[in-house]
Amino acid sequence: MTVPVVPGPGVSGGGPGGWDFPEEAAVPGRFGVQLARLRVAWATFRGAWAIFAASRIGVIGLVIIAAFALFALAHPILMNTVWDRSVYDPITGYGFDEFEHPAPPSSTHLLGTDSLGRDVLSQLMSSAGSEFLLGITAALVTVVIATSVGAIAAYYGGVVDALLMRLADIIIMLPTISLLIVLTALFDLNLMQLALVLGILAGFGGTAIILKSQALSIKVKPYIEAARVAGGGHIHIIFVHIVPNLLPLSLLYMMFTVTGAIFSEAVLSYFGILNIRMSWGIMIHTASTGGYLLGGVEYWWLIIPAGASITMLCSAFYLVGRALDEVVNPRLRRQYDA
Amino acid sequence: MAGYLARRFGQIVVTLLVFVTLAFFLIQAQPGSYTSFYALNPEIEPEVKAQLEASFGLDQPLWRQFLSHLQNYATLNFGVSFGHYPRPVIDVILERLPRTAVLFLTATVVSFYTGFLLGKTIAWRRGGFMEYTATVSGVLLFTMFTPWFGLMMIWLFAFQLGWFPLGKFLDPSLWRGSPVDANMVFTSMIITAMAWGLAVLVATLAARRWAPGNEGRVVLVGLGMALAAGLAAWWLSGVGHLAWDILRHMALPVGTLTLISFGGTMLLTRNSMLETIREDFVTVARAKGLPERTVRDRHAARNALLPVVTSLVFSLAFAVDGSVIIESIFSWPGMGRTLLDAVLKEDMPLALGAFVLLGVMTLVAHLIADILYVYLDPRVRYQ
Repeated sequence: MTVPVVPGPGVSGGGPGGWDFPEEAAVPGRFGVQLARLRVAWATFRGAWAIFAASRIGVIGLVIIAAFALFALAHPILMNTVWDRSVYDPITGYGFDEFEHPAPPSSTHLLGTDSLGRDVLSQLMSSAGSEFLLGITAALVTVVIATSVGAIAAYYGGVVDALLMRLADIIIMLPTISLLIVLTALFDLNLMQLALVLGILAGFGGTAIILKSQALSIKVKPYIEAARVAGGGHIHIIFVHIVPNLLPLSLLYMMFTVTGAIFSEAVLSYFGILNIRMSWGIMIHTASTGGYLLGGVEYWWLIIPAGASITMLCSAFYLVGRALDEVVNPRLRRQYDA
Repeated sequence: MAGYLARRFGQIVVTLLVFVTLAFFLIQAQPGSYTSFYALNPEIEPEVKAQLEASFGLDQPLWRQFLSHLQNYATLNFGVSFGHYPRPVIDVILERLPRTAVLFLTATVVSFYTGFLLGKTIAWRRGGFMEYTATVSGVLLFTMFTPWFGLMMIWLFAFQLGWFPLGKFLDPSLWRGSPVDANMVFTSMIITAMAWGLAVLVATLAARRWAPGNEGRVVLVGLGMALAAGLAAWWLSGVGHLAWDILRHMALPVGTLTLISFGGTMLLTRNSMLETIREDFVTVARAKGLPERTVRDRHAARNALLPVVTSLVFSLAFAVDGSVIIESIFSWPGMGRTLLDAVLKEDMPLALGAFVLLGVMTLVAHLIADILYVYLDPRVRYQ
């Protein structure tokens, strides 16, 4: 568990120009400090977890995410043990045992096959992995960019701040999906490139604005002043003192970025304009171009599992985000006096 | 106020410039150019190729190209669509922009109004079955995968129940041999709706001025009369059935888009209202002995409105994206579908033109929402 530790004066000393302890004396001392840090971190985590668990929605979200993660992890194992690659490969497999495709669910194909004879369950599971990959990459890119931009804008202020924030204003006004549709006409976006574009858009856009306002309130804290008095440089203060304190809030926006990324990928895949071989969006696209949509309940396994998976994974990350919001933002906490 | 608006306007101009520059660099980032398609064809003489390049201005230095690109976009000259050759891009866009604007505006306004209404009600009566159901369905609607939801709506309401057509803008068999074209009818419909909105506004203001306390009834009568007049005019015009045809095609996409944006607004209003209710002025209003309704609507909801409008301003781009998706699902021939079709046909002039104008639409909606916000929050006015 990585819980961001609040660096206070004395705890995160050291660095150039910090207090110079003699090495011999410092070693046991430093160890003690680390231990204390860990203890504080553990206590913080437990407190946060109590608040998080108190709102049931967060726990529900976590359970769904964990279920999908298991689902995704199980796929390569199944492919290498039980499932024959020529039948169950999500892209090139073909169900030889069925006479007609799409075939309804049976004991060999638990969720049936699609119109090209491929196993729906296998497609569903292999896509879950790429959705996680996409979401987490996009979220990491967002967090790296947004915390840096937010901290830098808040710390330096003036022209830097104005430039970065106007850029963010512009990005907020961009209709993302429309922009991505135009981009796909020019470049064959694959999963990682899409994650990068989404991460950059979210990182320089709305998330940066929110993290900057948080960074502004950190900038005026006494320990920043102390770090400056102790001779810490700009970069040192931004990345050692401001950024770690932005991490809890950015963790929250990571969740919302994941929701947005999975959603965007699904929409673009549904339109069939991404350079991705298999995803939930593509499954619906295949069903739709094959003309199986208005069959409704008759061909339910072609459209319901994929659509429900997108909706559920998106909501799960959103719910976790909402629950984290209560942890990070004390004003939202439920009050028990009422 | 004037200063604020001037600053916002300046910001919009800069944003537009960024949009157009982005469009230029997207064209530049492509390998080759519009003319390289003909480069390998031995039938085309080199002179013809050179002339083609000159006609696209590709023999000019890059900065000259950029300046003429800016000039073209400023004068709404987006070039000729490859997919709809030889129609100019702006012609195609002008035909389709109103359709998207209507879809987007109706859905945004209706979902905002109903979401706010329901949000404040469930926050006021906290706990209980209704709040629980509303919250859960709100989260579901908010996170629902839009294309899937659209498809489900089509399947249920158009295919199973047969209440609405499956998609598209109109039913060609009705329009065969009709004296007017679809866009004219549609424009007249927009004018009727706007006139009706104006009538409602006038009636509300007049009722506030001359019949306080009786507002509801007066507005209702005014509203009914204006509606009756509009409907009568359409009935007499002889193309009423055609307008009805468009309305029938509109209902499902607008309804779906409304439902999608409705969830978010409702949840946000609920949260914002729950925070406002704890404030002291609400307790004071209650202590004064004001009726519950007045406390809720005039004191709590009025203040809870501000964060909701702020988020509306931020989610406008998302709503535009929503209409792009919905249009593609429902084959509604608006800007979003145009954009997607253009991209699929590699019709870059049309795609970029549609993208820039979608951006302009977002910006205009932004400006309107900002002006609304200045009106709602006096603190902004005095800055």
